[in-house]
Amino acid sequence: MRIIHPVPYGRYLAVALILLAAGFIVKSFAEGQVDWSVTWRYLFWPNILMGLVNTIWMSILCMAIGIAIGLASALARESVNPVLRGASIFYTWFFRGAPLILQLLLWYNLALIFPRISLFGFYDARTVDIITPAVAALLAFGLNAGAYASEIIRAGLLGVDRGQFEAAKAIGMTNSVALRRIVIPQAMRTVLPPLGNEFISLIKMTSLASIIGFSDLLRSVQNIYFINTRIIEMLMVATVWYLFVVTILSIFQHRLEARFGRGFAKGGRR
Amino acid sequence: MSDRSVPIPLVRARGVGKSFHGSAALTDIDIDVHQGEVVCLIGPSGSGKTTFLRCINQLETYDKGAIWLDGELLGYKETGDALRPLSEREIAGQRSKTGMVFQRFNLFPHLTALQNITEGPVRVLRQDRARAEASAMQLLRRVGLEEKAPAYPSELSGGQQQRIAIARALAMQPQLMLFDEPTSALDPELVGDVLNVMRDLAGTGMTMLVVTHEMAFAREVGDRVVVMDRGRVVEAGPASEVMTYPKEERTRNFLRLVSRA
Ligand SMILES: Nc1ncnc2c1ncn2[C@@H]1O[C@H](COP(=O)(O)OP(=O)(O)OP(=O)(O)O)[C@@H](O)[C@H]1O
Ligand SMILES: [Mg+2]
Repeated sequence: MRIIHPVPYGRYLAVALILLAAGFIVKSFAEGQVDWSVTWRYLFWPNILMGLVNTIWMSILCMAIGIAIGLASALARESVNPVLRGASIFYTWFFRGAPLILQLLLWYNLALIFPRISLFGFYDARTVDIITPAVAALLAFGLNAGAYASEIIRAGLLGVDRGQFEAAKAIGMTNSVALRRIVIPQAMRTVLPPLGNEFISLIKMTSLASIIGFSDLLRSVQNIYFINTRIIEMLMVATVWYLFVVTILSIFQHRLEARFGRGFAKGGRR
Repeated sequence: MSDRSVPIPLVRARGVGKSFHGSAALTDIDIDVHQGEVVCLIGPSGSGKTTFLRCINQLETYDKGAIWLDGELLGYKETGDALRPLSEREIAGQRSKTGMVFQRFNLFPHLTALQNITEGPVRVLRQDRARAEASAMQLLRRVGLEEKAPAYPSELSGGQQQRIAIARALAMQPQLMLFDEPTSALDPELVGDVLNVMRDLAGTGMTMLVVTHEMAFAREVGDRVVVMDRGRVVEAGPASEVMTYPKEERTRNFLRLVSRA
């Protein structure tokens, strides 16, 4: 007998609505007061590209710091040592609780609290020389990202069946090998989507660093429109680049998800 | 029958006790398992069978008594007249001498069948991969799943997963195999394959401690049977004897219960 599939009306309706909305947006931008040739001309302007590069490395470095601290904090939170647990709870409480812009300003003005930084006599320097805008931004965004990553990673670790840890130990693995080889790879599957989200919002948050004088993408765009007054055109330059970076990141995330999804078959009816 | 010429048993448990939050799960357990022997541990639910296996494999710590494996005290070091807990690494080393097969298989879902088996030899025993894979293929052949080497656990039936789990444990070349109700999560028609693998294993002279509700298996393959109830050993002896002429009332009750099921 022949199987007759029902017509997917819902899908057709969705496509129609989306096309309508897209057409409306394109039409309004084409008619609006935007000189796209200016946008195009500044897209690859050296100063803009410099800002773009700064935004990219700052985001990657902050995310790396965030993941490293987040993992440590998540493990501390689940450890049997009450001091480590307390430290982890305090850390996430503070760095998630205080507004990011406030943390950025606090780090940048650290010299007002500690005029000099010294490491047990081995190293001594004036705080203002160490805490450049880039360093302040790294500290603020990295520690903030770590606080969020900590909870994301913890949820991922808790999501892995305890039996996995026991099976790993039963074949003679130590805790750290079991974590690295068995538990973390399985946690990755659930951790990646929210962590990708975190990375994307971090990329955009780094634009806050422009207020303390870090020359990121947004700052380099502003520097130009203060002079040429083509505000919207220049903001479009930044928009294009932010979207570009986020797109690349999403592709990368998709690949990673496929990599860590191996063995978790999707089969079955939807 | 077991080889009685070996003087010290491979596993010797003396006065083992364990309680969870004040309620006793094991009380005063004395059990010996000799080299090459298959000992079946039976008893009603909650009688402490799993807990005892987990103490031998140190997934659980015991609070009273002592367990020796191959003459080596498990979990503690005797220094002078005091006992000191072993380090995590030393415990991992002791654990790798016993293989454990879990009721719910606990295969690593992100690794293929072959990788599940080679993971221990490569990461713990530091064998080179080629050699580990060669012996893993041999083990797969032994459990009749050679063609499933590249399959992920989610692509295997319960019975196949449990046979891979047995191969995974064997890959560590353990002196002792612990089985915790290896067939009770399986559909009836898959039980036979797993029991066959265990029967073959017993035939090779592997020392086995098996928690099971498969009375026919205990009678046929088990050298000795230990009956537990409420955390205590009720009765122990040759399988045929204990199961045909149980001395204790509680053993009789339990055997009647399982034969009715
Ligand atoms: N992690 C735990 N925390 C608290 N109590 C536990 C824990 N594990 C086991 N127990 C208790 O210890 C006793 C023995 O349990 P155990 O799992 O060893 O029994 P069992 O003989 O394996 O039973 P079954 O045949 O149902 O598997 C039970 O009363 C159980 O409730
Ligand atoms: Mg049990």
